[in-house]
Amino acid sequence: MLAVLGEMFTYTFMIRAIIVGLLVSLCAALLGVSLVLKRYSMIGDGLSHVGFGSLAIATALHAAPLLVSIPIVVLAAFLLLRLSSSSKIKGDAAIALISTSSLAIGVVVISMTTGMNTDVCNYLFGSILAMSKADVYLSIALGACVLILFVLFYHKILAVTFDETFARATGVPAGAYNMLIALLTALTITLGMRMMGALLISSLIVIPALTSMRLCKSFKTVTIMSAIVSAVCFYIGIVWSYLKATPTGASVVLVNIALFLVFSGTSIYIARRKVSA
Amino acid sequence: MPLITCRNATFAYEGIAAVRDVSFEVTRGDFLCIVGENGSGKSTLMKGLLGLHAPQSGTIEFGGGLRPTGIGYLPQQSAAQKDFPANVREVVLSGRLSSRGLRPFYTSFDRSEAERHMEELGIARLANRSYRELSGGQQQRVLLARALCATESLLLLDEPVAGLDPVATADLYRLIETIRKEQGVTIIMVSHDIRAAVQYGSHILHMHTTQLFYGTTAEYTSSPIGARFLTDTVHAPGNAPIKENVSEKKGGVENACGIG
Repeated sequence: MLAVLGEMFTYTFMIRAIIVGLLVSLCAALLGVSLVLKRYSMIGDGLSHVGFGSLAIATALHAAPLLVSIPIVVLAAFLLLRLSSSSKIKGDAAIALISTSSLAIGVVVISMTTGMNTDVCNYLFGSILAMSKADVYLSIALGACVLILFVLFYHKILAVTFDETFARATGVPAGAYNMLIALLTALTITLGMRMMGALLISSLIVIPALTSMRLCKSFKTVTIMSAIVSAVCFYIGIVWSYLKATPTGASVVLVNIALFLVFSGTSIYIARRKVSA
Repeated sequence: MPLITCRNATFAYEGIAAVRDVSFEVTRGDFLCIVGENGSGKSTLMKGLLGLHAPQSGTIEFGGGLRPTGIGYLPQQSAAQKDFPANVREVVLSGRLSSRGLRPFYTSFDRSEAERHMEELGIARLANRSYRELSGGQQQRVLLARALCATESLLLLDEPVAGLDPVATADLYRLIETIRKEQGVTIIMVSHDIRAAVQYGSHILHMHTTQLFYGTTAEYTSSPIGARFLTDTVHAPGNAPIKENVSEKKGGVENACGIG
């Protein structure tokens, strides 16, 4: 067992995947707490579909995937925020509209160029081999950015998440913080998408936040706990996928779900004991 | 010098006036109640006072050292907030943000202010409890403490008793009255509860897109509009006078705010 794990770290692609994956999980979990509480969970899902469409276009143009995806997904994130706050098309419908249309564009572009082959499967469900050296540097930069911004703006993020109107009334530029969160979410998703898969990446945003909310009672503990949960689940998931040769993205999601069930069970148990006590 | 002077203010959404030509003054120590039916422009006017919506014409001026961002605002709760995983101290502290500017962390003064306001509102022992575990009345106290953290002089309360049971309602009104008298905090309350407005308010602004009435409470109750509105609502269900509701309190009903 230990020998196998030691062997795992001799592969460059595994080390890259672990570095990128851990950093993306961490960022996704931190941003996820705010997104889930603001009822914006589906934005992550919508953006990953946009990412799929942009990846298809990048492949068709023979361009670097991140160079094409990042601007498109960031643009989509701002568009989604704008739509969900002030428009005749309501937020959830706007997300469905944008995600299905970019999925359709992606599928059409792929079938016209390379044809529907394993590439499509890799985009949708992720591939551990997808991480390049540039991705590693980019994810370290992104991870540092998210962590620093999160620590510096922690109190404002809490205020804007809890009560946007109150925050605005006291002079906090809530719109700017929403934009910041959307921007960082877009970057996290584009970076993690090729490894986790376009269909699965939003789980990293939603599930750790939900898991930690089962047991934690303050915003600070929820935030810290979801970062820990997310990183631990990713590591267990990737080791499991290495040992059993299962798809990485799906394995990580399953570990996350398992932990969510454990936390939910514990919270129900605690509540029962309180009632009977 | 008045804290707020509103002169002929008109607020519009997409060209349609939601509030037309409203003028009033709020002086230190006043308790102004803004009453009116649904869609009468109360909320729009409130957003205007908070600086969230700019007037199309007319002016809102602040005086007496009050800044627009220095208003302590008690908003209506959203569904998302009711199960929010934050503890009481975190929520109350967030009221101090207005004086933070771009500085990222709270100072010990901010923390002691938050403790002081929690003490005043009798929620100090709930400080580490999760906001979502509290009763409606306790949650309102937490938000009131947050609003007090954001202001020295003026509270703006938006339907403060919406969704509260009669006991918690009476409790909250008593608390607001105490804050006003003991700390000299001026209060503007937007409310449907005309009985409470007349009972506690010093001035009434009755809205129906334009202002139907503005003056002292005594003038309001003797005016034709006030008399009509009061008799219309006295017998309507859910608007029974507070005192009667309190007397209906059963022996076993727990004090909704958890404070004796």
